[in-house]
Amino acid sequence: MSDHASHAGHEVHEHPDWKQYKWVALILFVITIIEVWAYYIPAFVASSAFVPILLVMSAVKFAIVVAYYMHLKYDNRLFVALFVGPLFIAMFTITALLLLFGKL
Amino acid sequence: MSTATAAATHDDHEHVHYTTTGLDNRKIAVWAFIGSECMLFASLISTYLIYKGRSKVGPFPHEAWTSPTGEVFKPILNIPVTSASTFVLLMSSLFMVMALAAVENRGKPGYGGLKGNSKFWLATTALAGTVFLGFQAFEFTSFVHEGLKITTNLFGSSFFTLTGFHGAHVTVGVLWLLTLLAIDMKRGLTPKDSLVVDICALYWHFVDVVWIAIFTLIYLIQ
Repeated sequence: MSDHASHAGHEVHEHPDWKQYKWVALILFVITIIEVWAYYIPAFVASSAFVPILLVMSAVKFAIVVAYYMHLKYDNRLFVALFVGPLFIAMFTITALLLLFGKL
Repeated sequence: MSTATAAATHDDHEHVHYTTTGLDNRKIAVWAFIGSECMLFASLISTYLIYKGRSKVGPFPHEAWTSPTGEVFKPILNIPVTSASTFVLLMSSLFMVMALAAVENRGKPGYGGLKGNSKFWLATTALAGTVFLGFQAFEFTSFVHEGLKITTNLFGSSFFTLTGFHGAHVTVGVLWLLTLLAIDMKRGLTPKDSLVVDICALYWHFVDVVWIAIFTLIYLIQ
């Protein structure tokens, strides 16, 4: 953390600049367009690849927002642990419940 | 961060809430809160997914349904409308980071005009959140008119609970943003206030990422 300055009680890190923020927004927009476009292709919806691909696209969007807009990529590792830990528990909970109720 | 740097920073900002980690306790608290919110929404999403396909009567999310009386119900989810609201919420996250950048870099070169106008970006973010809530109100109203209420079937119960909880979070976020906007208009937000805006931004982005998951799991996956 030595390369980061402290300001007003929280460590201010190198955040993405305007240009990067706009690129991130564009990527999020494009992925959303692809998701919705895929929804309207019946053959693709019926295929076994539909759900995994949609989940991957959603996970990419999720990760991009968390990393760049929430600055977790640039922030202290304690914050990463505070978020990723419960997120894993949450994902485990969803998976376990779906297995228990015969949905997977 | 060295001890000398920390001491100097402490002198400059006496209102800072230090912890033994060297991090501000408010930011630690908001990340812990967001972590707990992950589990709340995981339980709501799980409930929806478990009940999915187990409703005895329609309307259904992706399939048409004919009632015993011969009434035909079309698939109830309106993907074009929800796609538009998703786009609005995604853009609101962009406006939010612009607001934070404007406050953090106030007075710095390159942050004049619109780029440094935190009031504009805060107001735009709040407006986008309000538009999203408008879309949700439209969706809920049209669902009720089409015969789906929270008591109609398992889909209705789990859908309205999940999206309603998310909508409540967006509402809190909009109120939070309007509070920051009022402070900004009254005395102006300075780089010293960047943590306050940062915490609000973290909450707002979290609401956005929850919607990213909901949009895919509930609306797109059939």
